[in-house]
Amino acid sequence: MSRIASRFEELRSAGRKGFIPFVSAGDPDLETSFRIVLALADLGADIIELGVPFSDPMADGPTIQASSMRALANGVRLEDVIELSRQIRESSEVPIVLFSYLNPLYQYGLERLAHDAAGSGIDGILVTDAVDEEAAEIGAIFRSNGLDLISLIAPTTSDERLAKIAANANGFLYAVSRAGVTGARSETSSAAEELVRRARAVTDLPVAVGFGISTSGQIEEVWEYADAAVVGSAIVAEIERAISLGNVPERVRAFVGSLLPAVANTGTEN
Amino acid sequence: MSRYEPDERGYWGEFGGRFVPETLVAPLDELTENYLALRDDAEFSREFLYYLRDFAGRPTPLYLAERLTEKLGGARIFLKREDLTHTGAHKINNAIGQILLARRMGKTRIIAETGAGQHGVATATVCARFGLECVIYMGTEDIRRQELNVFRMRMLGAEVHGVDSGSRTLKDAINESLRDWVTNVRDTYYLLGSALGPHPYPLMVRDFQSVIGREAREQFLEREGSLPDALVACVGGGSNAIGLFHAFLEDDVRMIGVEAGGSGDKLGMHAARFAAGGHVGILQGTKSYVLQDAAGQVAATHSISAGLDYASIGPEHAYLRAIGRVEYASATDDEALAAFTELSSTEGIIPALETAHGIAHAIKLAPKLSPEAAMIVNLSGRGDKDLMSVAEYENGRAEQ
Ligand SMILES: Cc1ncc(COP(=O)(O)O)c(C=O)c1O
Repeated sequence: MSRIASRFEELRSAGRKGFIPFVSAGDPDLETSFRIVLALADLGADIIELGVPFSDPMADGPTIQASSMRALANGVRLEDVIELSRQIRESSEVPIVLFSYLNPLYQYGLERLAHDAAGSGIDGILVTDAVDEEAAEIGAIFRSNGLDLISLIAPTTSDERLAKIAANANGFLYAVSRAGVTGARSETSSAAEELVRRARAVTDLPVAVGFGISTSGQIEEVWEYADAAVVGSAIVAEIERAISLGNVPERVRAFVGSLLPAVANTGTEN
Repeated sequence: MSRYEPDERGYWGEFGGRFVPETLVAPLDELTENYLALRDDAEFSREFLYYLRDFAGRPTPLYLAERLTEKLGGARIFLKREDLTHTGAHKINNAIGQILLARRMGKTRIIAETGAGQHGVATATVCARFGLECVIYMGTEDIRRQELNVFRMRMLGAEVHGVDSGSRTLKDAINESLRDWVTNVRDTYYLLGSALGPHPYPLMVRDFQSVIGREAREQFLEREGSLPDALVACVGGGSNAIGLFHAFLEDDVRMIGVEAGGSGDKLGMHAARFAAGGHVGILQGTKSYVLQDAAGQVAATHSISAGLDYASIGPEHAYLRAIGRVEYASATDDEALAAFTELSSTEGIIPALETAHGIAHAIKLAPKLSPEAAMIVNLSGRGDKDLMSVAEYENGRAEQ
């Protein structure tokens, strides 16, 4: 069983829900990303999503766009993200999912990527802009290397597509809470719950909800009906704030700790 | 099926397709379904042709540039006068086609990107005509260099949003349009301005623009009793070029697309996607040639013309090049400026800076062909919008 699947197994048998933080790899630099990720794992993160920086992040709002640009300004490449993952894997068993646009992966070579990623302890990859046959081809390459293809589902996804996507997905489904780009919102739309309900009707895969989740209240709300909550822009915004103040990993740890008292507790219970 | 038609997933050979976030699949399916149904709908065609004729002023003339021809001493140069359409560029053809589609789909809010501002003006114009809300995204660098068109769009009632990310040009305006669309999918229609983006846009924009070549072919045949030897057009995303070429693809006619050579050969100094530095990649929903670094990060581009200043090229062009049907060349900033001045003073026609790249190539090519030969250059737009930029550029050069 993959690290992702067994993590959801553990959560299920413990009657708990998951917490999945997102950070852009290399924002503000690779060393800090490494320390942030270990802090997040220590706080009880169930899966880490590492964003691969891209020059044209068309599905991202201003916060993640800016973090992607900070990483690119440091010259962070896919190689570096894979190496960062390898270093994290040496210190932690937390599952790692790369979150990327297709072009950097395509230029690296999908076969080569699948091989190198699996060898570095990466567990899954979500490709933001691959759907249908293209996603199926990528999924086959990933699977043959033991990697999960994590797939997005959206409120606009039809039931028929949901079934098809689930059949090609592994690990978990990532439900986009609302039509839109990434970015913190104070409310989670009711579309998310409906989407998760529709997904449950066609698959046993765990379902995580993300896009716009930024408060403990929203996380708890998502935990009512989904298996995990993804928090991205809120953490990335904290990183951005912390850059000028210094000691980024500690500030991020304090922020996420306060965001997630429940997770911090269960994290130490384990 | 002709080898010039894409397959049902929008691929010409290996190029094209649909690379978008899941949220956009449903609206693209809806668009594809509606468009394909209307493609063979006689009533829709009649409506489209009506607005092309009575609103946009088609057919546009095919005009023999006698003085330029004489001066160059080679092939006769004919100009397909898209600059004479309402709003002054070929962009209006596509804007009319898509606005009629958007209306049938019941969409009430129209968004569009623009580079040179011509597509933004065309979109704002048809939105005004049909009373639809209009939001235009434009890079702040392009807002600076195409100020007159920004004023025109606002006059027409459009909201113009400056885009400050990336290189602040066309690519960034497309990113921002896609972000708007993904957020407002249900009521919003994305009126994309060139033969790029995810399927069905490259096909649909090509279809709406192919009126240019259909007219030109008929006009030339009627006048000369034969077909021209060569066609020349500038290529940004590729809509005016494919619009001219499409009706001639099955003919024995040479075709040349002209990219922006900018100010040098180094990555970042030009927008010639088929030159060194351009590799097959995926950008903004489609697989085509992309100017990028080895890590797959999209490169900055440069061109004196905002409408050609784009890191990728429509997928059908990538295919036509791959099969050897169309040749691609480039013209530098300086060559385009010289052509801009030449056409203005020789023919009394001030072309857009984009168009001037096509003219620059025609100026190089004509003397190499016999006086019996004839070429058609797509005069894709008029140059009023560029006068300030040209003046600025010339002043800059004078100071150096
Ligand atoms: C007059 C004119 N010609 C050409 C272009 C380039 O676009 P395309 O390659 O889609 O024709 C533009 C784009 O703004 C334009 O305004």
